[in-house]
Amino acid sequence: MKKSYKIDVDCANCANKMEQAAKETKGVKDAVVNFMTLKMNVEFEEGEDPKAVMAEVLKNCKKVESDCEIFL
Amino acid sequence: MNKKQKKMLIRIIISALLMVLLSFVKIQGVLRFLLYMVPYLIVGYDILIKAVKGILNKQVFDECFLMAVATVGAIVLGIIGDGDYTEAIAVMLFYQIGEWFQSYAVGRSRRNISELMDIRPDYANIEQDGHLERVDPDEVETGSIIVVQPGEKVPIDGVITEGSTMLDTAALTGESVPRTAKAGDEVISGCINMSGLIKIRTTREFGESTVSKILDLVENASSRKSRSEAFISRFARVYTPAVCYSALALAIIPPIFRMLVMGQPAMWGDWLYRALTFLVISCPCALVISIPLSFFAGIGGASKEGVLVKGSNYLETLADTRYVVFDKTGTLTKGVFEVTGIHQAGMDEKELLRLAAYAESSSTHPISRSLIKAYGEEPDRSLVTDVREISGKGVIATVEGRTVACGNDKLMEELSVPHEDCHEDAGTIIHVAVDGAYEGHIVISDVLKDDAADAIRKLKSSGIRRTIMLTGDSEAVAAAVAKKLSIDEYHAELLPGDKVDKVEELIAAKSEKDKLAFVGDGINDAPVLSRADVGIAMGAMGSDAAIEAADVVLMDDDPMKIVKAIRIARKCLGIVRQNIVFAIGIKLICLFLGAIGFANMWLAIFADVGVMVLAVLNAIRALFVKDL
Repeated sequence: MKKSYKIDVDCANCANKMEQAAKETKGVKDAVVNFMTLKMNVEFEEGEDPKAVMAEVLKNCKKVESDCEIFL
Repeated sequence: MNKKQKKMLIRIIISALLMVLLSFVKIQGVLRFLLYMVPYLIVGYDILIKAVKGILNKQVFDECFLMAVATVGAIVLGIIGDGDYTEAIAVMLFYQIGEWFQSYAVGRSRRNISELMDIRPDYANIEQDGHLERVDPDEVETGSIIVVQPGEKVPIDGVITEGSTMLDTAALTGESVPRTAKAGDEVISGCINMSGLIKIRTTREFGESTVSKILDLVENASSRKSRSEAFISRFARVYTPAVCYSALALAIIPPIFRMLVMGQPAMWGDWLYRALTFLVISCPCALVISIPLSFFAGIGGASKEGVLVKGSNYLETLADTRYVVFDKTGTLTKGVFEVTGIHQAGMDEKELLRLAAYAESSSTHPISRSLIKAYGEEPDRSLVTDVREISGKGVIATVEGRTVACGNDKLMEELSVPHEDCHEDAGTIIHVAVDGAYEGHIVISDVLKDDAADAIRKLKSSGIRRTIMLTGDSEAVAAAVAKKLSIDEYHAELLPGDKVDKVEELIAAKSEKDKLAFVGDGINDAPVLSRADVGIAMGAMGSDAAIEAADVVLMDDDPMKIVKAIRIARKCLGIVRQNIVFAIGIKLICLFLGAIGFANMWLAIFADVGVMVLAVLNAIRALFVKDL
């Protein structure tokens, strides 16, 4: 399953870090962060609950960039 | 400027002013330190807070952390040394200016590009009980009648049921000449109604309409990342740690080496300063921002010109395209039949055409239609009697008392009329015999688009090595078209499946580095579009299959747009490469100068902020593609 989320982040490298953090989160098959349109596209593993996974993703993103936001 | 940016700008200005003021104040010792801390904290407190948060989250290579270490280090050197704190404040100040500028520039280009693509209709008018009601286009069901007043955007695809008008399609196609539309014509959403009131019966839902598809496509385009972007983000991941470890090594190894091996004073302060300089240069932001920004601007500029690129990666492939394969019908030719030659055997040309048009006047065959169109007037059918259509051969009719036979070789043979083959033009030949005597023939063929030859020539001059045409048409027609357009290679009499095989052959024959683009009109060439390195669909307004299968969609069917698409891609990739080389180059030079002690922190912060500003400005150039 794929979903798209609006995000807020200030710098391009931070967006890359968020992308990396999201990719490494359990339950996420693939993630792409688009800094220019401030969007995060997440592809979830089969049978995962997007809500629970996204909460984890947000936590991991906050770790690498404290100033970021994902609008769930 | 948003709130955040305004606040930051005020902090930057206050801090800068304070710094200038302080340079006139002659105070020494603790008070000097405290005074200088004021502008430092005003401009950099958030960085320090984020640095602490970074440490708590074990993010050692966080750029806030690096900036904090570099500036605090410089302040410590100031305390134990000459009491010069300006450098630390300046580094923090310029870093913040850089961040501010980046955020401002990115915000601006985001807005610019969304303005470029300002085609989203906000409402649809529905007539209810005699007055117009504005509703959300999403709520309009297929088959409803909507009203579009002059000056409004057509919100949903449909067919005009009432009224006629001029439509401005510039936002969709980049074409500035307005198009006329009358009852019965299909209109696509996103056009602007310029003159008259029209009523439209919608044929799609809003979400399926052209305008929604285009917006969706453009908005998601930069999510498909290019190789350059992948390279830069990998580079950034390695670069920052590498520079930080070098900084650590620079602070420790040379002084120890001097002390133990060379027996000279260690000069710890000196080397520590050089290491801090390294930390300032280690921020990867200048590199990372300019690449996606260039692609974003490139894609935005292209969509303004009616060239929709589905992803940054396709822009990259398009720039490396050296082979362009064309489908003939609908791409290089108009896909409509027209009379292209009249070769009479005795009778006047005009008269020959008139008789043919009259004889064919009752037929609806495309060939008959094209004869009537070429004749220019509606034939007077009362003069035509005894019409016999002979399937697959032609028509025999009595026109003004004369027996006129119009048809192919087979018809002439059947009537045993000696006829001549056409030696000049390739196309469909219509022989005409009047009262059993041969009078000549009319050549009907698919006409070349006006700009086709020009487009091929321009492609050549823009570095395309080989142009190839594929067609299902006969060898003779293909040869004639290829010759007229000076296309390098053609393959005729191909079935749709053969086209895929041909393109695969061509891809296998070229080198991996050179890319092959296939240009089609999206009608039954979807498999070929997806097989080519980059598939370009043209004239795709409203054709779903083409938008699905293609990587690049040209909104109108002008072949010059192919040239434009390639030039836009080249320009964008040129800028990307400049930025990569420039940003990495300057950083490496500054690192080297810093290591040998020639570069101070001022130069280091230039390497960071200055390069970023220049790279961002350069990236925005990708937006300007109108005159390419």
